[in-house]
Amino acid sequence: MVSTSSTTGGAFEYAPAPESRAIVDIKASYGLFVDGEFVDGHGSSFKTLNPATEETLAEVAEADERDVDLAVRAARRAFRGWSRMPGAERAKYLYRIARILQERSRELAVLESIDNGKPIKESRDVDVPLVAAHFFYYAGWADKLEYAGLGADPRPLGVAGQVIPWNFPLLMLAWKVAPALACGNTVVLKPAETTPLTALLFAEICQQADLPPGVVNIVTGAGATGQALVTHPDVDKVAFTGSTEVGKAIARAIAGTTKKATLELGGKAANIVFEDAPLDQAVDGIVGGIFFNQGHVCCAGSRLLLQESVADEVLAKLKRRMSTLRVGDPLDKNTDIGAINSAEQLGRIHELAGAGDAEGAERWSPRCELPSAGYWFPPTIFTGVSQAHRIAREEIFGPVLSVLTFRTPAEAVEKANNTPYGLSAGVWTEKGSRILHMAEKLRAGVVWANTFNKFDPTSPFGGYKESGYGREGGRHGLAAYLKADSDLGAK
Amino acid sequence: MTRVDVRKTYKLYIGGAFPRSESGHTFVVDDAKGRFLANASKASRKDARDAVVAARKAFPGWSGRTAYNRGQVVYRVAEVLESRADQFVAELVRTEGITQAKARTYVAAAVDRLVWYAGWADKVTQVVGGANPVAGPYFNLTSPEPTGVVAVVAPRGPLLGLVSVLAPIVVTGNTAVVLASQTHPLTAITLAEVLDASDVPGGVVNILTGVAADVAPWLASHMDVNGIDLAGVDDPELATALEVAAADNLKRVRRAPAAEPDWLATPGIDRLTEFLELKTVWHPMGI
Amino acid sequence: MPVSAPDLADVTSGEASLKRFLHGLPGVDQVGAEARVAGLGTRSIKTTAKAYALDLAISMVDLTTLEGQDTPGKVKALASKALRPDPADPSCPRVAAVCVYGDLVATAKEVVGDQVNVAAVATAFPSGRASLEVKLADTRDAVAAGADEIDMVIDRGAFLAGHYLQVHDEIVAVHEACARPDGSRAHLKVILETGELQTLDNVRRASWLAMMAGADFIKTSTGKIQPAATLPVILVMLEAVRDFREATGQMIGVKPAGGIRSAKDAIKHLVVVNEVAGPDWLSPEWFRFGASTLLNDLLMQRTKLATGRYSGPDYFTLD
Repeated sequence: MVSTSSTTGGAFEYAPAPESRAIVDIKASYGLFVDGEFVDGHGSSFKTLNPATEETLAEVAEADERDVDLAVRAARRAFRGWSRMPGAERAKYLYRIARILQERSRELAVLESIDNGKPIKESRDVDVPLVAAHFFYYAGWADKLEYAGLGADPRPLGVAGQVIPWNFPLLMLAWKVAPALACGNTVVLKPAETTPLTALLFAEICQQADLPPGVVNIVTGAGATGQALVTHPDVDKVAFTGSTEVGKAIARAIAGTTKKATLELGGKAANIVFEDAPLDQAVDGIVGGIFFNQGHVCCAGSRLLLQESVADEVLAKLKRRMSTLRVGDPLDKNTDIGAINSAEQLGRIHELAGAGDAEGAERWSPRCELPSAGYWFPPTIFTGVSQAHRIAREEIFGPVLSVLTFRTPAEAVEKANNTPYGLSAGVWTEKGSRILHMAEKLRAGVVWANTFNKFDPTSPFGGYKESGYGREGGRHGLAAYLKADSDLGAK
Repeated sequence: MTRVDVRKTYKLYIGGAFPRSESGHTFVVDDAKGRFLANASKASRKDARDAVVAARKAFPGWSGRTAYNRGQVVYRVAEVLESRADQFVAELVRTEGITQAKARTYVAAAVDRLVWYAGWADKVTQVVGGANPVAGPYFNLTSPEPTGVVAVVAPRGPLLGLVSVLAPIVVTGNTAVVLASQTHPLTAITLAEVLDASDVPGGVVNILTGVAADVAPWLASHMDVNGIDLAGVDDPELATALEVAAADNLKRVRRAPAAEPDWLATPGIDRLTEFLELKTVWHPMGI
Repeated sequence: MPVSAPDLADVTSGEASLKRFLHGLPGVDQVGAEARVAGLGTRSIKTTAKAYALDLAISMVDLTTLEGQDTPGKVKALASKALRPDPADPSCPRVAAVCVYGDLVATAKEVVGDQVNVAAVATAFPSGRASLEVKLADTRDAVAAGADEIDMVIDRGAFLAGHYLQVHDEIVAVHEACARPDGSRAHLKVILETGELQTLDNVRRASWLAMMAGADFIKTSTGKIQPAATLPVILVMLEAVRDFREATGQMIGVKPAGGIRSAKDAIKHLVVVNEVAGPDWLSPEWFRFGASTLLNDLLMQRTKLATGRYSGPDYFTLD
């Protein structure tokens, strides 16, 4: 007989389910990829670590000015042939690359998680599929550029110098390289110094695809390498994703030149939850908005704006949901939150979280055991935050959510827009007209309504204000890599 | 006995009013032959600041108007300019020293340019925006929106050049702070009278006269200006300095042209899209 | 949920207040709900966790036959299997219940006695299209025949027409009809037939309606309508029981039925139970699978885990 007593179930402990590391072969040391070959650099080298264990993964060459110059020269030599190649032929190379990315997706996902610290389920289900999709999407544009709305015969810019961050190493590479190549440019790309390995594996994929030498060049290194690249006189186009501070420095460095720039920079997105929101999905969206990729996301929904009438209810649901998040080994298929990418970034998160404490906000994290080695930070929320707090203004770039409240839609708009950034925003309400009103009022390049952190190769991405300029993705992303010889309407 | 004419005092145009420079300074404007024309107001950094405040204040209302309405307002500017064509022809002949026929061509082209841009108001969204077929159950739409407050260092072409640069900025919903051509400032102020007599709300266009090297840096570094058009900057060093200053808040910069463009040529849409932001909105599709 | 037990009494006091309450529940975004279960579906349940989950799932099965062609012979065979799902392995747990039509309750009871519950579908299953009197008689008949549990269907027509109070009162009446002469009563599972309700908003409203009317369990489907149990529906129902406990302190069980055929599916459900409602629901007392073919796949996977080799259908009884 079934009894009505309150006996309840036992604990369903998920056993470790680690993805096999054996699929990737990490070399002891890596050179630079210039003119279709791996070559030794002229500079020193640096180590890249597994942030989950602090073990050294490989020694990687640090490109100096001479190396950057060689890479730019190789790209310039390749530009002539690549830009004159019929678009349909360029497309086939990009399709090839897309297919090889799919074929080697598991290997890429594991390598990304090892070098970056992100959970395998994200690198496997989000990053790598989007990378392949991006190449597939832009491959199709290569022979259709005259329909891109940039005139009858839009032309490539030349050599693109591209500098990408460590939060989505391979995805940011795809966002940069795919449209550049489709439009007939050649590239010199610098991956972030903490996450160079998937870019170097991508170089190998370019070789497998028989991509003509010099079309893609990869120079590893730190800030100095990036600076040498963006200031190189023979670079026609600079594409950068990273901090607003560095973005401004790049804008200054290229002032007075003819270089074109696309800058995807920081953000402090508001995620606004109205009282009539689908609350359970809103809670999922809040969690995905700030804890996806350990919060190392420029468009993260790092400021939660709750309508006061539902604030307590949403916070209770949020805390319960956060208690189910699994922090730990990035290669465990059940891990929701992986390792912080570097000791430096962990330090910054600690510093800003400490500022939150000092300024009187209330910190909460679910109980979770963090591994002893590696760089870790528990999922954290701060309540009682006001616009004046540092944690409401500065980008933390970690799994830390600042919770504010509002009373009316006008107040929500005012608070959401009260930031120098303008990359993304979220709105949760079941009222259609309010969604459209809010979407119009929010000064941000991407507005997710009743969803958050969604990305697609067809969907342009980029910011307002100090979040940068230019768009990546979609038809609009082509404009960053083409010059329109004759605009619409011109004769 | 000939009648003594009543001369015009050329002032600034800020927030829909015509104040003198708060500094009390003026500068002499001569005609093409070096004869005295007028004492123009010499805008100071504080005038620039006031103009930015006025432009910011006007932005929500102007950008919030329907595109159809903005198109009508700009079309109204064309109507009023047409009705004052003779005045502008005379002024261009007097200030620039060009022929009557040439002046007529410029004034007519300026009117036509306004009409052309007026028509773009409610079309640019369709040409520039669009639906994106994302791989998932989401409605996804990209639409352009105005960047905000845009500073303009106006080109030399006192009427057609100015109109060609200004119209696309405001018709898309931005508000503008214009620093008129240093050598030909007077026509800009006369144009301000046209704007004032049209339906352009106060603050949507603000016009300063003065010395570019003095005023432009304050606009370029102003943290509440979102974009800057260096159309009339012919000193490369100043252009670079302005671009460097503009990086402080990552203004959208339209660089100075290598040479003054032929303003009579048919424009493309690049000036319309220069100060537009693209916003992409996602929404799930479900029952 | 910002309601408490006394409030709920007010809510069900009239048609207008009930409608206001149900329509005031937070909406459910379908795409978001689907994304959530898809995410939980990627949990990788291996080794010890899998062994735990398989045994738990077996113990939660309501082994079901609901066919016009059912005979005492068929039901007896099913009941025997309920007692000994894997005759070769005595450590294999029993299932939770046998689920049959009301006229076959006594037959099932003969075989299982008090070792496994017998559940009967009632109230003009599966359509629910009969007068209240007939539905109540159907229920009383099954209880009198010894049914431990009654699986009733709600009046979807009334629900979709917005006659929530009618649906509510009918559940209350069936609940009363579950009473036995000794003062105990059969447990009541309320079938929402979510495939006919279509929207997840309706699933949430119907869940609350059933819980407020006295359901011990809320159940997705009859198995006669497609789609039957889907993970987004289960998600919403689990959120409802979770929120209902928060509001009233009272725990209600959840039963997906129809369409769950593989062990992999069943384990996905348990993950959703674990992470949405919480581990308290991980017991046959609070979660069931209405299924027939599922059991053999659970048994095959269980054997694979124990022996290290893949098994085949010939090694499990087809009853």
